[in-house]
This record gives sequence, structure tokens and C-alpha cells, in this order.
Amino acid sequence: MGRRATPEVNAGSMADIAFLLLIFFLVTTTIEKDKGIARQLPPKQDEQPPVDIKEKNIFVVTVNKEDQILADNELMDIQDIRQAAISFLDNGGDGSCAYCKGEKDLTSSDNPEKAIITVKSDRETSYKTYIQVQNELVAAYNFLRDRESERLFGFKFTKVKSAIATGDFKGNEEKAQLKLKEIQALFPMKLSEAEAKKSQ
Amino acid sequence: MSKFNKKKGGELPAVNTASLPDIVFMLLFFFMVVTVLRKDNMLVQQKLPKADQVEKLKKDRSVFIYAGKPSSRYKEKFGTEGKIQIGDKYTDINSLEFALSEARSKLIPELQGKVVVGLKVDEDTNVGLLQDVKEKLRDLNMVKIIYITAPGNDVQQ
Repeated sequence: MGRRATPEVNAGSMADIAFLLLIFFLVTTTIEKDKGIARQLPPKQDEQPPVDIKEKNIFVVTVNKEDQILADNELMDIQDIRQAAISFLDNGGDGSCAYCKGEKDLTSSDNPEKAIITVKSDRETSYKTYIQVQNELVAAYNFLRDRESERLFGFKFTKVKSAIATGDFKGNEEKAQLKLKEIQALFPMKLSEAEAKKSQ
Repeated sequence: MSKFNKKKGGELPAVNTASLPDIVFMLLFFFMVVTVLRKDNMLVQQKLPKADQVEKLKKDRSVFIYAGKPSSRYKEKFGTEGKIQIGDKYTDINSLEFALSEARSKLIPELQGKVVVGLKVDEDTNVGLLQDVKEKLRDLNMVKIIYITAPGNDVQQ
């Protein structure tokens, strides 16, 4: 009569219950992975001030409604876009760009400062091709920026940039930001976009 | 000798499973914390194109626009033309303005000026639809956009 110890609760099925919940969450979890190609749209202006740009400083990529690609007046496969864009940006035709390693072709861009890449697309172009082209062009810029940052500072531009974005960067972040800005200035991203044409 | 033999005679002792619930609970809590239950009900197909030169999206300052063909179960009702979805419903290109400002007003006030528009567009969509959306975004002065893509790259180098 004196002993009134409460009987112990059987916790044997606790694991089962927890497993059940665990499996539910495992199945429903989608670890969010929203990444993408960032762009800044040009602000709305009524009148565009006329700018004089030499034709050789513009690299035109046209995608038609059959998803065929015309870059610099040549029919091109998507694989070759990156290399074509790299050699255009890296050309350094007027000799003012000391770090360029291109062919110094007089009919191609003067220097990276002036080089502009324009993407023209048809209204019926597929989004897939459109993104592939954008991706390749960004890759061309990233390749050149990586090359220069390795030469000047001994790190890869893209790696440090993504490390800062995710908060994994070890060391002085502000200094690294300045270095990144410097690299960006060497190859400024001048990617413009023409309005999609209506296909006939 | 018998002193030692005594213990060896029995079967293997059962593995102590008392800490199993703890371990499982730990895992459970981990998954509960990282789980984000999908907010928007997808009305359009979402097979994102692949790209590898990507940046991360800042979640707290973004509004999403989905575009693509209506998903298979809505096909009969809405046809197969590309459509735009914001939040939980289809949006017409002309009412985009209203839907976007509504989506923007749900963000915290400090970040409303720095809003980034995440465009989740199906890979089969026409660029024309995207063009219309971008035109509207320029009117609204929401010029920071990000084309959300899937990891990987189809292009062989």
C-alpha cells in the first residue's frame, strides 16, 4: 500500500511515431534552391539620347523563331557563342587595353570598355534558347573576369563573389568587395537587349 | 574457471535502443526547420531552363512571377497558350500592374524599394510573353529581375 510509484510509460513506440513524422517531412521537403541570372532592366525613358557607337564595337546575337543563332553575322551553334564572345571582348583593337590577350583585330572591338553585346530575339524564340544564350554570354564575362582576378589577386572572381553572397567568405569582406569592383571595371558587363521583333 | 564461463554462456545482449528516439527526433527537427511548404499552387508548367552562371536570390525582397503553359489538369479549361501566374491565380498582362503591387505590399516596408522580381518561366514559353512582362516591369519601375533557372547546363563545351 505504501509504495505508489507511477508505472513507467512505455516509450517503445516513440521511435515509430518520430520516424513517421520524419518520413513525412523528408518527403515534403523541397530545399529551396532559387538561383538565376540577374539582370537590370533599362529604366523607362521617353527619349533615348542618341549614342554614337561604332559598329565594330557591337556584338549582335540574334535568335530567330527557329532558335537558330546568328552572332556577328555568322550562323553559329550555341556551343561556339561563349568563345566568340570572349574573343570579341578580349580583342583590344585600339591597343589601349593592356590586359587584353586577344588578336587585336581592327575590325573587332576597340577595348572592353567600349564593347557592347546585344541580344535580339524573336517573339517566338523559346525561352530555353534565350536563357542558354544569356548564360553563355555571362559565362564569357565570368571567364575573363576570373582570368584577370587570378592574374592580379590570385583568386577566382566568381568564387569569391559567390562566397560573399552566401556568407562563407573568410577574411576582409570590404577589401574583397573593392577588388571585385576593380575587376568588374576591367570587363564591365554591357549586355543590352533589343526589343523582341514580331515575326512575319 | 567457472567464474569466467558463467557470463559467456548467455545470448548476445540486445542493443540498447533507448537513444533511438532522440536521434530520430533530432533528424525530425532538422527537417521541420528546413522545410518550406510550397506557398503558391502551381497553375502553370514549371520546367525551368538550365544555367550555371547563376547568382543567389535574396528571398526577403523578391516577388515571383510564374509563366508557362497551363499545367496538364488545367489544360482543358485554359488552353495551351502561355499564361502568367502571380500568387495563386492567373493574371492577365493588363492586370499585372495591380497584382504586382499587391505582391510587393506583402514585403516588409524597408525592402519594398529594393524589390527583385523573380521570373520563373517554363522553358517552352515564347520570349514574346516575357517581353510583355518586362515591358510592364519597366513601367512599374521594378527594374531588378532575376531569371530563375535550374542548376546544370545543356550546352556541351
